Amino acid sequence: MKIRKNIAVSDTGFLFNPSTGDSYSVNPIGMDIVRLMKQNKELNEIKQAIMSEYVCDEATFEKDYYDFSMVLRNYKLLEDE
Amino acid sequence: MNKPKYTIAVTGLNAIDSPGPGLAIIRGLKDAKSFDVRIIGLAYEALEPGIYLHEFVDKTYQIPFPTAGQDVLFERLAYINEEENIDFLFPNFDAELYNFIKLQKQLENELGIKMVLPTLDQFEERHKVNLYEYGLKHGIKVPKARAVYNTIEIPAIANKYGYPVVVKGKFYDAKIAYNMEQASQHFNKISAQWGLPILIQEFVRGSEVNVCGIGDGKGKLIGAVPMRKLYITDKGKAWAGISLDNEQLLEITRSMVDSTKWNGPFEMEFVKTVDDEYYLLEINPRFPAWCYLTVGAGQNQMEALINLAFGKKVKPFKTYKIGTMFIRYSTDLIVDINEFEKISTVGEL
Repeated sequence: MKIRKNIAVSDTGFLFNPSTGDSYSVNPIGMDIVRLMKQNKELNEIKQAIMSEYVCDEATFEKDYYDFSMVLRNYKLLEDE
Repeated sequence: MNKPKYTIAVTGLNAIDSPGPGLAIIRGLKDAKSFDVRIIGLAYEALEPGIYLHEFVDKTYQIPFPTAGQDVLFERLAYINEEENIDFLFPNFDAELYNFIKLQKQLENELGIKMVLPTLDQFEERHKVNLYEYGLKHGIKVPKARAVYNTIEIPAIANKYGYPVVVKGKFYDAKIAYNMEQASQHFNKISAQWGLPILIQEFVRGSEVNVCGIGDGKGKLIGAVPMRKLYITDKGKAWAGISLDNEQLLEITRSMVDSTKWNGPFEMEFVKTVDDEYYLLEINPRFPAWCYLTVGAGQNQMEALINLAFGKKVKPFKTYKIGTMFIRYSTDLIVDINEFEKISTVGEL
């Protein structure tokens, strides 16, 4: 799962899609996940990074990660697979 | 280096909720680095706000409404030119363009006033009633549409396209109808204001994206900035917008300019579907009211157009700043009644 290359993410969690003009705000965890996705990290690497930074069990991470990626897909922020 | 100073006349000073492009063009001209300007406003009505914005408009003259005809318009412009020695004129309303296109040669030859306008064929061909055929000819997707002169013609077309349909005036206004009753109401309301025919158009769902650009009349695109409307007023006008990174839209624009040999400024209005298909809704043969965004994004298209008109070498713009936004605002001008009196009675301010 990869974030589209042209999506910009700011330090304050502001996401901008220059193809559509849409912009979004993500919270700090969302910002971390998007950044890791932009670095082409695999799911396991993202999971490890988030679980080492935040208090979170594996099942909760996977559920929330799945939900978050569905949101990203709905907003067409992910590369087509 | 000494910069030339041009006297440029501009219409469309109605900076209202459905604004004319005049003030945006003037701001672009005032920002020009290659020349200085003196701005002559051309107004139809005494309450056009631009008349009183003296930091933008040096002097304003009233001109006759388009229905008065070309002779009356030429006579008035000849008088204004005697006073001001106009170098260039920007007509900015669809409804006045026909007269200006017809007068173009006469204004240049007899008064020395230049304009950059589409040819009459280009102007007529892209009319809303001809747009579907225009799309077929130039390879651009356009929603299907039929011109109607009576409400009894609507059901057959609407049944073919399926509801909703868009009911459009020939110059202005468009409303969505979800059934025959609504379509009839819109037909009657729009035709009462803008005349016949009325256009019944297939409804294409999506977001509105527009392109502001200029063609050099030989098939080359000099500049183009795509914009998505972020906030749309109840009149369908952009109150905020943002420049987009959209190569597909630029390619469609390049192809249109190449295929039509478009001369001068234009605005192309599209709907982008969820499948990333673009349907052309309209081509406006002039700068749009949001054209100052092109200056903000790094393409002063108004400056480029003036330089083209005066035979200067103009390199096509290669880039623009993506993510540049505009947000329109309204404010109250305080005006002395003496100024209103002057423009109302003498026709000059």
